Amino acid sequence: MSLEKLNDVIAILNEYDNNPSKLIPILQKVQQKYNYLPQDAMTFVANSLGIAPSKVYGVATFFSHFSIVPKGRHIIKICDGTACHVKKSEGIINAAKKRLNLTDEKHTSGDFMFTLECVSCLGACGIAPVAVVDEEVHPQMTPEKITALIDAVYAKEKANA
Amino acid sequence: MTSKGFVSVEGKRVAIENEKNLLELIRKAGIEIPTFCYHSELSVYGACRLCLVDIEGMGIQASCSIEPRDGMKVKVHTPQIREIRRTNIELLLASGHHNCTTCVKTGYCRLQDVARKLGVKELRFKESQEQRPRNTHSHSIVRDPDKCILCGDCIRMCSEVQGIGVIDFANRGSKTQVLPTFGKDLDDVECVNCGQCVRICPTGALSSKSEVSQIWADIWSPNKKVAVQIAPAVRVALGEMYNLPAGENATGQIVTALRMIGFDYVYDTSYSADLTIFEEATEFLQRFEKGANMPLFTSCCPAWVKHAEHCYPDLLENISTCKSPQQMMASAIKESYVREGGKREDISVVCVMPCTAKKYEAKRPEFAVNGDHDVSNVLTTMELARMIDEKGIKFNELEPGPFDMPFGFKTGAGVIFGTAGGVTEAVIRYIMGIVAPSADYKPVCKVLHESTDLKELEIEVSGKKVRIAAVNGLKNAKKLIEDLKTGKKQYDFIEVMACPNGCVGGAGQPALNSAQNAKKRKEGLYGIDGQQQLHKPQDNHYITKLYEALQSEVGGHKAHELFHTHYHNRKRVNISPRREEGKVHINVCFGSTCVRRGAKDLVRQIRQYAQGKNINAQINVEPSFCYEKCTKAPMVRINDAEIEKADIEKIDIVLTRELSKAAQ
Repeated sequence: MSLEKLNDVIAILNEYDNNPSKLIPILQKVQQKYNYLPQDAMTFVANSLGIAPSKVYGVATFFSHFSIVPKGRHIIKICDGTACHVKKSEGIINAAKKRLNLTDEKHTSGDFMFTLECVSCLGACGIAPVAVVDEEVHPQMTPEKITALIDAVYAKEKANA
Repeated sequence: MTSKGFVSVEGKRVAIENEKNLLELIRKAGIEIPTFCYHSELSVYGACRLCLVDIEGMGIQASCSIEPRDGMKVKVHTPQIREIRRTNIELLLASGHHNCTTCVKTGYCRLQDVARKLGVKELRFKESQEQRPRNTHSHSIVRDPDKCILCGDCIRMCSEVQGIGVIDFANRGSKTQVLPTFGKDLDDVECVNCGQCVRICPTGALSSKSEVSQIWADIWSPNKKVAVQIAPAVRVALGEMYNLPAGENATGQIVTALRMIGFDYVYDTSYSADLTIFEEATEFLQRFEKGANMPLFTSCCPAWVKHAEHCYPDLLENISTCKSPQQMMASAIKESYVREGGKREDISVVCVMPCTAKKYEAKRPEFAVNGDHDVSNVLTTMELARMIDEKGIKFNELEPGPFDMPFGFKTGAGVIFGTAGGVTEAVIRYIMGIVAPSADYKPVCKVLHESTDLKELEIEVSGKKVRIAAVNGLKNAKKLIEDLKTGKKQYDFIEVMACPNGCVGGAGQPALNSAQNAKKRKEGLYGIDGQQQLHKPQDNHYITKLYEALQSEVGGHKAHELFHTHYHNRKRVNISPRREEGKVHINVCFGSTCVRRGAKDLVRQIRQYAQGKNINAQINVEPSFCYEKCTKAPMVRINDAEIEKADIEKIDIVLTRELSKAAQ
């Protein structure tokens, strides 16, 4: 664990007074910082709060919001709630998977550029099927549109590199 | 006593006494309700949904989670409850792969027992899960997720009774599993192998790792001699496997059975328990006189030793360097075999232990010479019963037989090792035998015979008070150590046994009703002690002869070589140091002791210091985990120089020197 990471985690712990009952908000903050929950950070949090690391691991794996594997720089959320599903969100999901070379088990692209998340209802059924890339909502998606969106992000990354 | 009212159970009036819940009250009324997740030694969890009852006005409720109240009318057996219970069992059976015929727990499995009692003969549901592999990486414990019914008993045992918590539920819904931290193997986390999870597990999901096949192979190998030793606690428990009452002494029958199985020499671990006291009491008296590394902790329990290595590295110098009786016996057997002209690897030592941690202890690298382990294999009490059954021995019909000499001779002190407080009593007998030979040790030791978590007493040695504690259960030990560190309690000698009630309550003992039987087994051991002619370890003349043969005094050079060991710190978190060319590397230890002694603050000070001197670009500050010098915390390492009890002044001196070196 690097000193920077350690300092970040200590600051987060101090913000919550090292209070064990604040485990979930503490983990949320850690995840916000690193996009996922690194193992060493979880161990440090557990030791600092005086709870067993297995308990922290249990919490981290219980909530789908938490990720224990590193995520990509960009997060694509494709809605598979009822409305989106009947409007063929599955094809969109498959197109994104194909473009990023993902499988049912592998949600993050090999270059750590994208993580694909299938979510249940984003509350925007009127514009179904919906995808959210980072913070931006995209209505009435098609397989072609999602592939184009990914390509656009790649192009932008390349231009900035 | 004032009555707290009555509950009507199936129409029968039952008085409420001190029952914590309705379930206990119903059981008191003579009605057995099946449960998986309810244990009086653990917290109430309410997961298995088998203890359902129909309470008038409240409907169907889990009786483990309901407080008995005056006037309650309870029905235990109704058509609806019967249907729910049976369906629950069917669902549990379908949720895994319960191959009863080949399961190690068959015959001792609560799931099997309950399914039989409830008359579940048919499964309406298909087994839904894919098969998951068994995990056999630990030396002591095998995990089989296919047999887990998610009752959570093991999790609560590990955290509530032992205070460790290396296993917990992970994931959720149909994917829920009991897993060690981060899904690692048990031997990669802080598991101490005490096996209490195995003892409490109602199914075959957790079991001890059997070495039975290897032992048969050694017995049948024509060039090998095989010696076996049995621990004190085994002799008062094995009989339970053959319908003898708990606590009944079956020593003689066990010796005969071991000979029939084919062991060449049958020895008694009580002999080496006496030997342990020679070394440990001597070590204690030396330390007590010097006041060095006090208090002294006992070292016979391998689970406690491993726990200390993980959690209390700053106490490692306080733990007696004596090997456990199991290991002392093995060293003595191997040594005498070689002295008589045999080859070390031609004799193997098998131990019958009430314990799963002993399997791991035998595999510790400290206990091997050129790759040849002093102890080849360890059997639990239950596994010995398996060998007896495999051989077709009718245990109840055996004539008792005697141990082989010299390692089969013992005093009563070596026998009571098997119960919590026994080691302490043996030490007191030895010390009083030296300082006050005419005094009676019995009244002094009375408190040690009680079934309590913590026993405290004082004795006087050459005009000085010796404060003694004996604690069992690792969570109780944790509390004692905290009290010791805050100065709330002070002791000179501390016995720690990881399992509740000590070795008689070990995880290798017959599992069903083990908690209740542990007390009877304890009484059995004190009974055997009473029958012995000798009670003080120093009266064991075979040990005196052993020291003569070794040409060593007690605590002497050869005795140290054979009977003592050392411990090492097991880091909680590993951080690999990163080295960058041309930079001075400062590593601040973030082990738990160093953190307690201000490592976090030290990092802040170093940053300020670096800011002030404008040397941020030349240095690289990183935390590191444990330099194994916890008594000298906080530790800081600058390049290759270690700074003990570091403060910013000491760091300034070394850092200035290293910076100027780097500049050249």
